[in-house]
Amino acid sequence: MGMTMTQKILADHAGLKEVRAGDLIEARLDKVLGNDVTTPPAINVFKNMGADDVFDKDRVIMVPDHFTPNKDIKSAELCKCMRCFAKEHDITNYFELGQKGMGIEHVIIPDNGLILPGDAIIGADSHTCTYGALGAFATGVGSTDLACAMVSGSTWFKVPDGIKVVLKGIPGPYVTGKDIILHLIGMIGVDGALYKSLEFTGDGVASISMDQRLTISNMAIECGAKNGIFPVDEVTLNYISVTNPSRFSKGEYKTYEADEDAYESTIEIDLAEVPLTVALPHLPSNTRAAKDVKDMKIDQVVIGSCTNGREEDIKTAAELFKGKKVADGVRCIVIPGSQRVYRKALDEGWLAVFDDAGCVISTPTCGPCLGGHMGILAEGERCVSTTNRNFVGRMGHVKSEVILSGVPVAVASAVVGRVATPDEM
Amino acid sequence: MSVKGRVFKYGNDVDTDVIIPARHLTSADPKHLAAHCMEDIDASFVSRVSAGDIMVAGSNFGCGSSREHAPIAIKESGISLVIAESFARIFYRNAINVGLAIMECPEASAAINDGDEVEADFDSGVIRDITTGETFEAKPFPEFIKRIIEAGGLVQYTKLKSEA
Ligand code: SF4
Repeated sequence: MGMTMTQKILADHAGLKEVRAGDLIEARLDKVLGNDVTTPPAINVFKNMGADDVFDKDRVIMVPDHFTPNKDIKSAELCKCMRCFAKEHDITNYFELGQKGMGIEHVIIPDNGLILPGDAIIGADSHTCTYGALGAFATGVGSTDLACAMVSGSTWFKVPDGIKVVLKGIPGPYVTGKDIILHLIGMIGVDGALYKSLEFTGDGVASISMDQRLTISNMAIECGAKNGIFPVDEVTLNYISVTNPSRFSKGEYKTYEADEDAYESTIEIDLAEVPLTVALPHLPSNTRAAKDVKDMKIDQVVIGSCTNGREEDIKTAAELFKGKKVADGVRCIVIPGSQRVYRKALDEGWLAVFDDAGCVISTPTCGPCLGGHMGILAEGERCVSTTNRNFVGRMGHVKSEVILSGVPVAVASAVVGRVATPDEM
Repeated sequence: MSVKGRVFKYGNDVDTDVIIPARHLTSADPKHLAAHCMEDIDASFVSRVSAGDIMVAGSNFGCGSSREHAPIAIKESGISLVIAESFARIFYRNAINVGLAIMECPEASAAINDGDEVEADFDSGVIRDITTGETFEAKPFPEFIKRIIEAGGLVQYTKLKSEA
């Protein structure tokens, strides 16, 4: 049996010629990441360990994005703890509010050229798997793992089996990466890929933009996967040539190709058959075609997050909102995922479109995605959201509901006042 | 080592947002977290749980966010062991790293009832439902996890390694 892409990257980072699913390995890491919720506990562990310094100040990334701009005193203390540590240890990639390059971690890290194909990354955030879109191995861990990796620059992994996901053909109108990944999660369930890698391949990959690949890899965790990885192709190389021209031109990246017989199982998806998809409360796997749930009235729409707060998402939202109005009784919150996306939206006039449509525009933040702030739901309220989780209480009251969708369905829903598709606007 | 306690039983896909809702994550103090443990699916959990009790759940326990606050909240609430059909992988890692005992055992997960008195032995992997008299065998921990546990958790393990 051959090796998957993931297995090859892990083998290289463990200094091994070959690894097999189930092997326990110790792997070197290229980047180690934490945010304002997970880093402070890691800093505690770091101090309790008696550690003096991080393994490499250029390879540790810290992003205050969850409860920022600080929503209350406690969150201000968390951010201060991380900020002081970053200063003390001269962390190169600490991002501060308002700086160019700042925003939601999984939006800015790829965008700032910090990840290259073939890298191995862990982050104390479950959506660290986002970077698989670049042909890297990236997975989420907890704060203790983060602390230990900050010291050693390595961590342990159990080598995962791989599921090959063959994407064929071209998606229909308005169908985005979000619909593709929701569709897949609906097919296999929230634990359908538990402990395994999802490896995307097939002729359909070429038609999927980098922003959409990032959305797809972002939600690999929502079916239990350890990581979700894309092959490196022209789209990837174009992307890194812009985000990190110097390392790109020096060829400081590595591409891996899976062996044909490496996979435990295969799933085929005909992209033309993927409908505009929503996930109803309270699991991302509770999917339906959006056109089949048109009786669901809504109170709020959120467009943003590390899943759908990228340039292409905000651009799509602006194009669809142009000349339209948010329905009476609906609040629509648009959250560009980074300062760069925000600025682009300002320069291109997208912010004016949102404002004219009756949306509120927020500074980049995780905000309502995790029920933090900036759009919490009351009892009985229902929200269509481009985020990635619709668990009980995720966005506010235990008796509130979140429906996950891509950007086009979110905009249409805001305009129509219930779950809707763009052709109804 | 063995533990014995009364069972709190839950279903499949218990996610970290219900184990400890994000609105409580502005503090990582175990006591604060334990005070809100499970409140979104079982509001009376905190008032009913006593030290040594055991949690039994279905598949994919702990899915969702990477928050280590979740196993910490459960551990601090007094729960001595979580038995599930399967665990979400980040939760599995975190539980081990923070020293919350967990066992994967589909048979036990299916058969044990809420409120049963249960006893479990970590070395042999044997789980006994004292109320019904049934016994089950859990998958033993993989070797590397035993090594981390022997060292006293991932922190000690890393310390030992960096001194070696
Ligand atoms: S946007 Fe939501 S899912 Fe993404 S990192 Fe922030 S809280 Fe997590």
